[in-house]
Amino acid sequence: MEPLSWTGSLAFLNPILMIALVALAVSVLVWILASIVLPEPQMTVNADGTVSSSGGLRSLVEAALWYSFLASIATVVAYLLLGVFMGTGAGIVGAVAQQFLPVWVSLIILFAMSVAFKRRLGLYGKLFDSPIGMIGFALVMFWVFTGIFGALDLIVTHDPLVQLSGMKNKVPGTPLPNPEDGQFAWYLLGGDNLARDVFSRMVKGAWIVVQIAPLATMFAFMVGITLGLPAGYYGGRLDTFLSFLANLILAFPVILLFYLLVTPEIVATGVPNYMAAVLFIFPILFIAVLLNSRYYTRPNFRTPLLIGVLGIAIWLYLSLISTGGHVINTDAYSIWGLPTYLDLFDIPGGILVVFVSVVFVNSPTVFRIVRGLAMDIKTRDYVAAAQTRGEGPWYIMLWEILPNARGPLIVDFCLRIGYTTILLGTLGFFGLGLPPESPDWGSTINEGRKLLSIYLHPALPPALALLSLVLGLNLLADGLREESLKD
Amino acid sequence: MGLFILRRLGVMLLTALCLTFVVFFLTNLYPNLEKLAKTQGNQRMSDEQVVSWLENRGYMQPTLVKYGQWLGVVPGFRNTLDDGQFVGTCARPGSTPETTPRFCGVLQGDWGYSTVFKEEVGTIVAKRLGNTGYLMFWVLLLMVPTALLVGVLAGMREGSALDRSLSTFSIITTATPEYVSGVIFIAIFTSSTVGLKWFKGTATQAMDNPTFENFFLPVLTIALYGMGYIARMTRASMTEVMTAQYIRTARLKGVSFSNIVLKHALRNALIAPFTVIMLQFPWLLNGVVIVETLFNYKGFGWALVQAAGNNDIQLLLAISVVSVFVVLVTQLISDIGYVYLNPRIRIS
Repeated sequence: MEPLSWTGSLAFLNPILMIALVALAVSVLVWILASIVLPEPQMTVNADGTVSSSGGLRSLVEAALWYSFLASIATVVAYLLLGVFMGTGAGIVGAVAQQFLPVWVSLIILFAMSVAFKRRLGLYGKLFDSPIGMIGFALVMFWVFTGIFGALDLIVTHDPLVQLSGMKNKVPGTPLPNPEDGQFAWYLLGGDNLARDVFSRMVKGAWIVVQIAPLATMFAFMVGITLGLPAGYYGGRLDTFLSFLANLILAFPVILLFYLLVTPEIVATGVPNYMAAVLFIFPILFIAVLLNSRYYTRPNFRTPLLIGVLGIAIWLYLSLISTGGHVINTDAYSIWGLPTYLDLFDIPGGILVVFVSVVFVNSPTVFRIVRGLAMDIKTRDYVAAAQTRGEGPWYIMLWEILPNARGPLIVDFCLRIGYTTILLGTLGFFGLGLPPESPDWGSTINEGRKLLSIYLHPALPPALALLSLVLGLNLLADGLREESLKD
Repeated sequence: MGLFILRRLGVMLLTALCLTFVVFFLTNLYPNLEKLAKTQGNQRMSDEQVVSWLENRGYMQPTLVKYGQWLGVVPGFRNTLDDGQFVGTCARPGSTPETTPRFCGVLQGDWGYSTVFKEEVGTIVAKRLGNTGYLMFWVLLLMVPTALLVGVLAGMREGSALDRSLSTFSIITTATPEYVSGVIFIAIFTSSTVGLKWFKGTATQAMDNPTFENFFLPVLTIALYGMGYIARMTRASMTEVMTAQYIRTARLKGVSFSNIVLKHALRNALIAPFTVIMLQFPWLLNGVVIVETLFNYKGFGWALVQAAGNNDIQLLLAISVVSVFVVLVTQLISDIGYVYLNPRIRIS
């Protein structure tokens, strides 16, 4: 087998891409300079009442920027499109593009459907009016689909944990020395220093992030909302106490907290299990209060609804916190939990402690945001109207204040997923929590950095993956903010 | 104002006490003590030996008592082992019962003895803080002016080409954590594969002999991540000021644009970023830990990693006191400074 070059038989596109990129860079620079130097376009009012602006140099510069941007995008799309059809014939780029085929198809379907029905989709549909939001959403969904399909073993070329002899630190595109039948014959992005496939590890790493980050952020929001609403609405002693607690956690440097909480010794004491038991109860409280405050006037409907919903929630809660029949299982003592035959899923101690500490670090910030919003909104007229109507405080908090605070909260949710991703990477970077062979991006960067001056390829793909995901979430948040301000 | 500061100082003291107690509690959990005993004594100690090692050195006392000893309000633990060796919380290698003080805690100015570095905690922290302080000085010198400049230029004319390109730049920097940008910088500027080799990939020499070549990359890595956030806040505050009534008045009476920006807008636009910069310090602390690990620069963050990795209780406590102190003091400064900068706000 021949080693793959980067672009293979698509090499004729390389000069075109270079020219397009240089043109883009030059026109961006000219565009910025022109906006400073050139005068603003003069508006002239015509006799018939219409307004026209003289084109001049400015519009010329903008046209140049637009066309060079289109040319760069078109070349990149050409690489990917031809790559999907030619596969390894088009070098590493082509092979990677072909491996990502399910992701491309899902992205195209998702965008086509969303754009077609965007008027009926509320805030989500409005996202497709803002180019920045669309780019961010595309980046985020790219990694979400990559994570999902990677977990289904669709994209990966090799097992991310298997070491193949002779592939240690090999450069991207190296063929396997003696491939078996049905085995992918190249390491597309090279091998790491334990001779594992960098590409497959990157794809598998996406799944870890896509699993943990949104869920941990959601739990942090549940905790923050359940505590922040009463703190902001009631104020007084409760607020002072909760704010003090929140500031206490916020005053901790995050890394010190991680080093104290996410160690095998702490897992052995069962502290994370206690924290999980406390933190995970907040979603149940939230749902219970949410439904009860809405439907308590209709007991016939409320009681079965609450029994059903809470039954499932408590079952999930118990199976979440209990592992192997115990809630806490240390050498010294153990507390009985859900029996194993009722336990839906087990979370390994390492993952649980990572999850708990990420929730723990994020919830005080959410608390402060929610508290601030609640303090602002509780002075509005519709809250006064609800109070006059005789609604209970929890109804006002959850069904009057919370829906009106959703704009900033949704934006912050996106940003916070990005921040959680960074935190997960930090944990991996310091080798805390997740097992050392785990393919998550932080651990991979940490392993790759040790040989960085000689071999770049093991560390750069996960670093760029993390960068693009977080960038996507930031852009998405910006787009959402822009669109929700237009409401 | 005096009462306000006094109350804040009280809250700060309470916070510091709570936090150090949490650190104390977590580091004194039995598995952590067991690890400490095994690293200090012998890796192959049996369970009974671990317990007796810990008991002989006073680690098995109730947590509150130990915490009191660390604070210096409870007399220090002292014990003479069977082989005549004198040990205790106040004892140092080679000290005798006569030369050891009865109380030794933070109140007496004694921060304890590091089990990893075999040195007084006070001297270690001072030395490491010196290294980190030097790093932070250059980080702030690079980060704050650049961020303010970027923010002001972007917010000056909302929606202009300059605004859009600078905003893109600041979004990208906020989305790049230090361990990503550091790795990318090392890959581009130091590796033999790319071949630029402009800088050094480690900052170990920078502790004795900092040069642009070995010190710029760590500084840039920390500064970039914080820069984006400050720049975005400055931009938001600048755009808000630029739409204010008095700016429109100034424009209408014919003041030139550069004068409007420099004389009317800038001072008002810089109030909000001041708070943001102050509140950025805790995050810089995170960046310091990551970058010092990445570039092998032996400062405060490096000491934190070493202390936490080896469960060096007293060093870890001193480090958390220092970092909590930094966080709380910057919060206080930001609150007081905000009041002074913004005459519209007065605290009763």
